[in-house]
Amino acid sequence: MKNGFRQSMAWLHTWTGLLLGWLLFAIFVTGTSSYFQEEITAWMTPEIRSVPADGPTRFAAATRWLEREVPGASEWSVYSAGKRAAGLQLYWVNGPDAPADAPTDARLDGAGRKADARETAGGDFLYRFHYNLHYINWYWARWIVGIAAMAMLVAIFSGIVTHKKIIADFFLLRLGKGQRSWLDAHNASSVLFLPFILMITYTGLVSLATHYMPWGIAANYANEEKFFEATFPWPVPAEKVGSAPLIAVAPLVEHAERTWGAGTGSVRILNPGDRTAQVIVSTAPDASMSVRPRSMTFDGVTGKLISAHNPSGAATATEGTMIGLHAGRFASGVLRTLYFLSGVAGCVMVASGLILWTVKRRAKLPDPDRPHFGFRLVEKLNIGAIGGLPLGMAVYFLANRLLPVEGAGRSDREIAALFIAWGGVFVWAAVRPSARAWIEVLAVTAAAFALVPVVSALTTDRSLIASLANGDMVFAGFDLSMLLVAAGFGRAAAKAKRRATSPKAGVRKRTAGSPVTEAA
Amino acid sequence: MSRAVDILHGGRWRDIAARVLAAVPLNYAVTSALTMLIARLLPGGAQQASVGATLMSFLIFAGLAMTAFAVRSVSRLWAGLIATGVIAALADWYLIAWGGRL
Repeated sequence: MKNGFRQSMAWLHTWTGLLLGWLLFAIFVTGTSSYFQEEITAWMTPEIRSVPADGPTRFAAATRWLEREVPGASEWSVYSAGKRAAGLQLYWVNGPDAPADAPTDARLDGAGRKADARETAGGDFLYRFHYNLHYINWYWARWIVGIAAMAMLVAIFSGIVTHKKIIADFFLLRLGKGQRSWLDAHNASSVLFLPFILMITYTGLVSLATHYMPWGIAANYANEEKFFEATFPWPVPAEKVGSAPLIAVAPLVEHAERTWGAGTGSVRILNPGDRTAQVIVSTAPDASMSVRPRSMTFDGVTGKLISAHNPSGAATATEGTMIGLHAGRFASGVLRTLYFLSGVAGCVMVASGLILWTVKRRAKLPDPDRPHFGFRLVEKLNIGAIGGLPLGMAVYFLANRLLPVEGAGRSDREIAALFIAWGGVFVWAAVRPSARAWIEVLAVTAAAFALVPVVSALTTDRSLIASLANGDMVFAGFDLSMLLVAAGFGRAAAKAKRRATSPKAGVRKRTAGSPVTEAA
Repeated sequence: MSRAVDILHGGRWRDIAARVLAAVPLNYAVTSALTMLIARLLPGGAQQASVGATLMSFLIFAGLAMTAFAVRSVSRLWAGLIATGVIAALADWYLIAWGGRL
């Protein structure tokens, strides 16, 4: 009885894992890179130099900039992504006199000057891709991602049930043993990192919970809007009544930061320069574990505190903290690195699981040289999905440095470069013998990642050597990570090649593994 | 339960399709009805109850999805899920009609 249950869960684990594994791999890879989203954006906008400045000063400088540039706006907002962000993002709503095509946003560097940087979606693109995908409607994309995440949750639970020796697998990693090695890699990455992987999957679903499960709200609210108004208050500007000077913003930000003991993430100013002006100061995304910000609303003329919003309630706190745990914005230094490494383990878990599917079945094929269509399809999709996205990301970074700095639609072309490279790998996988395709794709990916710091050094004045000399840890860290990733892919390519050309390959092929058995 | 395994490995497609339909669309309907019920019953005000119920819904869905592939009889699986869904939906309807919504 118990054995039967375990076997049906093993079946469920295999098939949910296979069907959604390719998409999950893409979500895991781009999601993992998002732990360094701000650093990626900083690297992709080399024109912006990070100048450290404290919160009140930066927000005051941004307000002065807005006062000078768009005095007639009905609303200003200034956002900081937190301590790691290189600059500030500004948005405004133009007044009735402004032309319809007048700009409504700008980026400022740390010193409060307008950032004149190349147009790029930066790390934000990779972050958004991991739940919105791209080139398709975000509404349906989120459903597709949600289905994959739920399949993952089911695959995790059924994987736990399938496991006979969960503690032993903690310490078990037999390398160079073909199928056994893939199984160990799959087990070690998932069992050792199980708390993270379970957490990240559940909290990922929670991050978009009301998209997937709006019925909890529908049970208590006839109109969904009422729920969102109560949960995320968003005051709008009142009717203007007559001009009055705007109070200095810095003391308000200072007051708020002292009260919270946390940094500021945004300042919204409604009706600046009017007697009805309000200044709304909110906590930074990295200020606490919960992602739900606290805020204070001040009178924009007198500076009097009008109201304070402090999200409370057990369920809200749980939800906010779950999403916070997922995004890890609060994490600094060591913890962020651990987040990243855990994410990498998640990628290894998904990739090794997908490869294990083919390795296991290859041994049982009637004729290993001429596998049936389903087997070949999975094998090719594995190459395209696992090998293609990393190459696409390397090409994305290269395109950032190689495309002309000026020109409209630049950020879209960077993104297009990623998908062209990724799509190219699928085509390559389809036309080449699988064993060769693995070696070639891994080798090209290694070369592309190794080229990133080289091309960056040739096209900007912020080379790895210059960054190391200046103690610029963001740029140096990015370039060094590229080299590390390149080394990893190079090693995988070398191993795949050795396996394919080794004299024992023919024997191994039939008994245990694919030519890329040890590739990752 | 061992019959579930034989069926899954034997690849009886009608049986598998029936389980998949129960595990995904039917499961979603049943989970939605249960989530609404929990949102009506949890204490702490409408907002907290709605959020709390939504947080739990994913565990309910995953649990029911696994059950769909573990139980022996497909007909009993469908009957059980439909019965649960109908009872929960009736309770939802009654509670909303009686207590109203915001």
